[in-house]
Amino acid sequence: MFRIITAVIGRDLKLAMRRQADIVSALFFFIIVVSLFPLGIGPEPDLLRKLAPGVLWVAALLATMLSLPRLFADDHRDGTLEQLALAPHPLGLVVTGKVIAHWLVSGLPLALIAPVLGIQFDLSADALIVLTGAILLGTPALSGIGAIGAALTLGLRGGGVLLSLLVLPLYIPVLIFGAGAVDATVTGLGGEGHLSLLAAITFASVGFAPWATAAALKIALE
Amino acid sequence: MKDRFNLYRFASPATFYPLAGAMIPYFAAISVVFGLAGLYLGMLVAPTDFQQGEGYRIIFIHVPASWMSMFIYLVMAFWAAIGLAFNTRLSGMMAQALAPTGALMAFLSLWTGALWGKPMWGAWWVWDARLTSELILLFLYIGYMALTAAIDDARRADKAGGLLLLVGVVNIPIIYFSVKWWNTLHQGSSVNLNKSSMAETMLWGMLLMAMCFWMYSIAVAFMRVRTIMLERERHTDWVKAELADKTAGDEK
Repeated sequence: MFRIITAVIGRDLKLAMRRQADIVSALFFFIIVVSLFPLGIGPEPDLLRKLAPGVLWVAALLATMLSLPRLFADDHRDGTLEQLALAPHPLGLVVTGKVIAHWLVSGLPLALIAPVLGIQFDLSADALIVLTGAILLGTPALSGIGAIGAALTLGLRGGGVLLSLLVLPLYIPVLIFGAGAVDATVTGLGGEGHLSLLAAITFASVGFAPWATAAALKIALE
Repeated sequence: MKDRFNLYRFASPATFYPLAGAMIPYFAAISVVFGLAGLYLGMLVAPTDFQQGEGYRIIFIHVPASWMSMFIYLVMAFWAAIGLAFNTRLSGMMAQALAPTGALMAFLSLWTGALWGKPMWGAWWVWDARLTSELILLFLYIGYMALTAAIDDARRADKAGGLLLLVGVVNIPIIYFSVKWWNTLHQGSSVNLNKSSMAETMLWGMLLMAMCFWMYSIAVAFMRVRTIMLERERHTDWVKAELADKTAGDEK
């Protein structure tokens, strides 16, 4: 069972490493969007500190969304996806592997760069640690839920815009608890409760979303 | 046992088409009767609220619309589940026929909520948990309609839309509670709807209006599903016969 997951992760990581520009451009999208906000609303540190959690999280949501269409599109185009669907292993496990690989190349870099951007927003050290932890905990859920949307919109015209219509409403709980954890730390309430809920959402969506995704893929491949 | 009555007979578009056509006038008539009674109770009989004055009367539209917007989503998810489990053609058509009405109800609920909020809270919009989740529900309807509209193959549209509906139904409680907790953390209980002290006539007016909206939704969904059936089954004999009858009738 784990062999197939690790095999898919290894394959997807190798493919991603051959096309590093994709990873880097999503990362720079994140950095640019976050940097636009101080330019739009002014450089007052108090204001920025208040806005930082929300701005960073919304930007993380959008950056993750940006890389979702590629999750299945390339494999669909060259027929790999059909071979994976025909393989003796359950398609849900294959999708689990792809979701984990997607998180490693899209979510993890965001979490690593987020504290640097947090410094630009004058966040305290505590808040930076919670921010990194929250993004680490929350982004797997984004990859998992997003995979459902990517599978549903596979091969459709206007897939990218459609994908955001489907997926963004479902991202709202992650946004609320992710930004809430940082917010609670900044105001001194402590973000443990938010982080626990975030972890619960992540485990639930990484556990269940691949099976819904597999069902969606089967519909798309019919 | 040959002509035993069988409900599943109506799972086929060819038999459901005339049935729906026959039922539409009844549902429409019941809706009008309930609507007139509800409006009479709500606008003329129900007492003026001692706190909110006459402005509260918009709840006779607002509350039924909100109820229906949530209920229709559940009904769509029910049809989606049936359609995915038993591979029936009609279920997906029903879900698609219901979606615009559900979105309309969600929009109506937000619109009347804004009209009510302005005199009561002094703002068109507050980020109250109910308002926010109603807005997200509207987004879910829009997403469903956009997805089914983007897929040309009708069977795939039904199935993909159905899966999205089921994912949405699982997520709705999570979204609702997260919005609720977010809301209580951010702004406290500045908005407090105290509905338990409602006069009995108000409750009856609201229930009658809810019935009116319900019957209206059924009638409109049947009209829409009839159109969808004709469109999708246009290559079959029964649609050709149906259309031939109609044009022959027009010529007479």
